[in-house]
Amino acid sequence: MANVTAHPYLKLADPAGFAEVPFDEKKRLIDKVVADPRFPHYLYGCYECGICVAACPSARFYDFSPRRIAQAAARLDIELMFQQMEEDIWECSQCFSCLRCPRGNNPGGVITVMREVAVKEGLHSAKSALEGYSRIIYKIMSTGTQVSPDMLQPDAFPDWGPEVKDVSENLALWRRALPPETHHTTTTGWEVADSTILELYVIWLETGALEMIREVDAGIHMILEEIMEERLEEEGIEL
Amino acid sequence: MSDAVAVILSKKSSFEREPDRRSADFHEELFALEAAGELIVQRVSDDYVNVPTKYGIPKKIQRGHLWHHKSCGQCGHIPGYSTSIFWIMRKLGYDYNDPRDQTSCTAWNYYASATSNQAAQAAVALRNFAAAYETGYFPLIHCGTSYGHYKEVRNELLHQPELRAQVRKVLGKLGKEMVIPEEIVHYSEWLYAMRDEIAANSILDLSKVAVTVHPACHYYKLVEGDAIYDPDVWHGQRTAAVSGLVQALGAELKTYSTFFDCCGFGFRHILVQRDFTRSFATLRKIEVMREEANPDVVLTHDTGCVTALDKSQFATRAHDRNVGVPVMSEAQFAALSMGAHPFKVCQLHWHSTDFRPLLEKMGIDHEKAWAEFQEDLKRLESGEQQYLTWADTGV
Repeated sequence: MANVTAHPYLKLADPAGFAEVPFDEKKRLIDKVVADPRFPHYLYGCYECGICVAACPSARFYDFSPRRIAQAAARLDIELMFQQMEEDIWECSQCFSCLRCPRGNNPGGVITVMREVAVKEGLHSAKSALEGYSRIIYKIMSTGTQVSPDMLQPDAFPDWGPEVKDVSENLALWRRALPPETHHTTTTGWEVADSTILELYVIWLETGALEMIREVDAGIHMILEEIMEERLEEEGIEL
Repeated sequence: MSDAVAVILSKKSSFEREPDRRSADFHEELFALEAAGELIVQRVSDDYVNVPTKYGIPKKIQRGHLWHHKSCGQCGHIPGYSTSIFWIMRKLGYDYNDPRDQTSCTAWNYYASATSNQAAQAAVALRNFAAAYETGYFPLIHCGTSYGHYKEVRNELLHQPELRAQVRKVLGKLGKEMVIPEEIVHYSEWLYAMRDEIAANSILDLSKVAVTVHPACHYYKLVEGDAIYDPDVWHGQRTAAVSGLVQALGAELKTYSTFFDCCGFGFRHILVQRDFTRSFATLRKIEVMREEANPDVVLTHDTGCVTALDKSQFATRAHDRNVGVPVMSEAQFAALSMGAHPFKVCQLHWHSTDFRPLLEKMGIDHEKAWAEFQEDLKRLESGEQQYLTWADTGV
């Protein structure tokens, strides 16, 4: 795989920055992106029409372009892809409006894969983007539901209006006022069976999903690992 | 109408994209894998409605006996959303299963934080599908992101033998079989399929209610071939989900120029970078609708879209922006039209943007309804009754 930033049509020899990171290290990370089985299904070459940019919500409010993502990936531009992993990928909305691409490219999908590598390798951008996100990772991995009623706290969502305070103050009572029998919970969206949660723990451990967060959030990884292993041991489930 | 316009519209009466964009029909590969003993296909029962999809492949929507794959965002923060879906089903007399043996699809996290991987996502999906299969009920997916993601997972499983092997191994440890349903069905497709039956049960005149629709990106952009397109709705140029139901209910369906735009939810952004979500949801969607269509309500069909469009308006109002359009799912709107209680069923007190002017226009006395709900709450508080039940909602 050639370092195509040396190509004469690029104006600068080092347009992407991050000179302190050795090229081999950048290449090692990009190789992981390219090796992902989803990658070849997400990229068919870009002819720079810009339809993806026109459709992209993030492009309207950030210095972000799905076209640059597709171009860099199509050229396997190691320097630029690394820069994007550190600077761009977390701005994507993951709405997949870019699938409007007439070539069938999926820049949002390429970003999904780049993000996974950034998380697994503990890149600075991943740590920064996921600051304040730990409680959500904890919730989804430990309970099997991501959004819970008790997350609606006025100090967390002051911009959502006074109704958040109403919900928070009346939470237990208002949850009891929901007719579906599964909805009376406050710490999860619905009542998830204990056996179901144990099965989810097996999935997180067996597929390496839990291991993925070790680099990016060691604290939450340790807590979750302890909870999962303890619960599975109690139930006599061996992996 | 001029001749030229008539010619253009007639050409648009059936939507044809260039052949190289046409999605392949996944069923062939699905059934081939079943024949090879690799997986089980959970079949749609004989009681179904055929609906048209984007490239003309018919899709079967099972009427009843459905396993409700709930949405964490709906159940957690917009509980009137899921309650309305259940209520409509009960009102129309269709049986269902509201399982405890169900996890979230975990895709909100996958798209927000990337702290998951392909195998984990596929295993979560297939664990849920196996749980549905074990009950004999057919899965109905409440969340647009779950729906879109599960279609992605299906494609990956159909085309990647290594992934199938990996997921099979995990499911083996859980004692579960590898099951993929014959169709992956979103609740809004069920509402579309049942729209005439729902309209026949509507008790309100909605002809003066102006409605704009926000279609969910993960419904019709992610694995686009499955989404419903109907020549009778937007001339087949836009998905018919939500809009088809609005038409059937007799409300005034209005267009606006940013129909195809995302809501700005962003998965990560709605939680930790809401300045982006708020800007996009209000400047590109709500204000544009307001200026071009002046709707009484915007209806959508996904967890994230209701959240982003509804919750973003409060802070934006402080900047004197042209906002103030109530937001809800079409399930809640349809339930209201069928006589559902705005607070006991539709749980509108969980919403942020003022919905009362809409209720007034629909002919619903919200003050009386709120007083009734307060009486219910008193009974719950006093211990006279532990929970509100379906019997309290008339179904």
